[in-house]
Amino acid sequence: MESILKGRQNQVMTKGTDSHELSCDKSSLAGSVSQRACVFCGSRVVLYPISDALHLVHGPIGCAAYTWDIRGSLSSGPQIHRLSFSTDIKEKQVIFGGEKTLKSALIELIAEYKPKAAFVYSTCIVDLIGDDVESVCKNVTKETGIEVITVQAPGFAGTKKDGYKVACDALMKLVGTKGTEETIPNSINIIGDFNLAGELYLLRDYYEKMGVHIVATITGDGRVDAIRQSHKAALNIVQCSGSMSNLAMQMEKKYQIPNLRVSYFGIEDMSDALYNVARFFDSQDMMDKAIELVRTEVSDLLPKLEFYKKALKGKKAAIYVGGAFKAISLIKALRMIGVKTVVVGSQTGNKEDYLTMKNLSDEGTILVDDTNPLELTQLVKRTNADILIGGVKERPIAYKLGLGFCDHNHERKLALAGYEGMLNFAKEIYATAMSPVFQFTKIK
Amino acid sequence: MLLRHTTKDIVERTSLTINPAKTCQPVGAMYAALGIHGCLPHSHGSQGCCSYHRTALTRHYKEPVMAATSSFTEGSSVFGGQANLMEAIDNIFTIYEPDIIAVHSTCLSETIGDDLTQIVEKAKANGKIPEGKYVIYCNTPSYIGSHVTGYSNMVSGMVKCLAKSTGVKNDKINLISGWVEPSDMREVKRIATLMGTPFTLFPDTSDVVDAPQTGTFEMYPKGGTKIPDLIASGDNKATLAFGEWATADAATKLNIKCKVPFEVTDLPIGVRATDRFIMKMSELAEVSIPDTITAERGRLVDMITDMQQYLHGKRVALFGDPDQLIPLAEFLLDMNMKPVYIVSGTPGKKMHKRLEELILPIIPEAKFKNGLGADMYLLHQWIKEEGVDLLIGNTYGKYIARDENTPFLRMGFPILDRVGHSYFPTLGYMGGLRILEKILGLIMDKQDAEATESEFELVM
Repeated sequence: MESILKGRQNQVMTKGTDSHELSCDKSSLAGSVSQRACVFCGSRVVLYPISDALHLVHGPIGCAAYTWDIRGSLSSGPQIHRLSFSTDIKEKQVIFGGEKTLKSALIELIAEYKPKAAFVYSTCIVDLIGDDVESVCKNVTKETGIEVITVQAPGFAGTKKDGYKVACDALMKLVGTKGTEETIPNSINIIGDFNLAGELYLLRDYYEKMGVHIVATITGDGRVDAIRQSHKAALNIVQCSGSMSNLAMQMEKKYQIPNLRVSYFGIEDMSDALYNVARFFDSQDMMDKAIELVRTEVSDLLPKLEFYKKALKGKKAAIYVGGAFKAISLIKALRMIGVKTVVVGSQTGNKEDYLTMKNLSDEGTILVDDTNPLELTQLVKRTNADILIGGVKERPIAYKLGLGFCDHNHERKLALAGYEGMLNFAKEIYATAMSPVFQFTKIK
Repeated sequence: MLLRHTTKDIVERTSLTINPAKTCQPVGAMYAALGIHGCLPHSHGSQGCCSYHRTALTRHYKEPVMAATSSFTEGSSVFGGQANLMEAIDNIFTIYEPDIIAVHSTCLSETIGDDLTQIVEKAKANGKIPEGKYVIYCNTPSYIGSHVTGYSNMVSGMVKCLAKSTGVKNDKINLISGWVEPSDMREVKRIATLMGTPFTLFPDTSDVVDAPQTGTFEMYPKGGTKIPDLIASGDNKATLAFGEWATADAATKLNIKCKVPFEVTDLPIGVRATDRFIMKMSELAEVSIPDTITAERGRLVDMITDMQQYLHGKRVALFGDPDQLIPLAEFLLDMNMKPVYIVSGTPGKKMHKRLEELILPIIPEAKFKNGLGADMYLLHQWIKEEGVDLLIGNTYGKYIARDENTPFLRMGFPILDRVGHSYFPTLGYMGGLRILEKILGLIMDKQDAEATESEFELVM
């Protein structure tokens, strides 16, 4: 039984058998059980980790309730971002407008929490009723002296990916608003890491050991003032292609800051992320330090990985994650521990991403864009995968199928980035792939 | 210093909710729809809504939760979502093959004025709904009421779209379930069976969101109320609806549509509410109460008696939904505990009135609030004024519990950080035992943890 929705055939392909190019960047079909979310969701997850800002959701209660402290983005300082603030609009505002409500909510919140800045997310309905959110924000900024930034995020205006762009636009309103124009030598902004399970702390440590100065981390463990000064960095390093390359592009255009695309998953990509920075600054000293760091870390790591590689040899994995760049790194990282990728897909990948995935994959690997549970289930079964790597909605499906599972999304509990993360990743894959619980359900 | 952002001084907030004790309608409609066998819930709105509701339910149940979306675009929000819903119905029946689709609206589709009745009629007329398949629907504007309202609206939608009267009554009674866990619905079925009551329970999420691990993924697990039973609910001789906020509307509608007399009672939480529930069932179904149930009641009362010294005078703060809070407060009073603070984001004047009558004669200083401004921030501020010995509510209470070092019993929706609610009921006398056991465990663990070595007791 093959159940690929009509109109989706081109969003699934098998390397070696199918000749068509994978179609992507499409909105989901009406009626599909899509794993995707909306514009609001995209903007919210990107901006959420800025921990000394106020995040006020202007809309009915749901949008705020569902995004209340859902992301494991750690802050080493303030925790205001983990509270849930909503204008909680009712029928009255839907009819008469919500501008007054928004204004008084902002005034009350700013007085109470004294944040460094405030983000106001305007949701589906606010856009429809025509609230002039922008002008309310401007007025409040004038009245309170606290910058209030509009995040135009009506859910229907696209996919989660469009929400990333909206978030980047909001961030650009902060970038360059503090400090001189002068560029700080040997300095970088770390863009697109969200400090899940404290991963950013590892990265920060690596770069600082190389003698690189970090101006801002955007947005993991993010702070408003650091973002304001981020235009002073000499280089932007950008992870997570989907969410934040747009910010880097805008910063390049406006402040001539070049950028490097990096990934921190797996030994290969992590090491490249260090070497490429040293190369960019053309500094032998930095390179020496990077080489030394990689040597130390890898010589410590490799023997430890050996055990997992042996144990996991021949296991097969299916990958379905949000961002494509992550999927690409995962293929490599899995290969390093002896696991073959048989299905790989993302919610938001573009043509270029899928081409990279295809080139990296073995013959017979299935590539898929914006899949749904039924389709994913069939792909996983057809390829006899042992493990699924995905997010919150995929976990219970994997388990029901008797498959191991690794959360590579918001619900990861261990750092998966960097060298330490690679070992955690191997441990996690091993633990789930080898779990004795599956003996009770394996279908012979 | 984690999350210590709540201040003691209560400032009147005019237009702001901090840390809500509720969420929006559609998630309730989605949950209720899962209680129909072979049903695919459908969210008529942006993709994000559907994704959030599925995520919330998945996190609560640790189960796959399936639902489709109309995937609104900029175009649909200008020209209306009719085309999306028609296409969705077509796609869903072709690919996912459910027996029934349960559509709920969102703030978006409500505000642009999509008329679900008209769209579903049109789908029917255009042959988009295959023979023997059903599409039911309800309106769930997120800016009115709360998640409980959405649940209630979908249950009413089942009545409105499916129930029929053939004119010949049968011997069964309808049990319309409020928003409770699958374990509770299973418990209600056990009780009804013990009493020899022929019944139709709806909705019924047992064996849907607590499905066993089998090595296969069932898009439609074996549980859920069967469609023919929902249709025949109009012929049943009476209705017992438990949980007023979630079910009274459906029971009333069924009475108007098919002349099925009904009684609305509280969720059977604790001794007295379960007494009322059992008595009502016995009356409506014309069955007697078996000794086994009387013995269960006796065991609950016995445990309260045995452990009373650990319970009396304990101050409790609760938050959640009115249907749970009212009988729970009553149960706490019966155990000589003091429900001093209660908040619910779900509106409805009745809650205040019921709690006033129930609590104030015994605890004049008790504070309660629901609807506008009743959020967990307020609850936390009350607790800061004078502390409590126990906090009861959904997972979001953990911030308060940690900040105040207060024992915390997880009950309600959502529970994102513990398991068990799917499997162990809190309804009925047996459910009362479970609540009591948990409360005692929490209170005594704290006593053990904080006792000095000389006071540390072996026998408690």
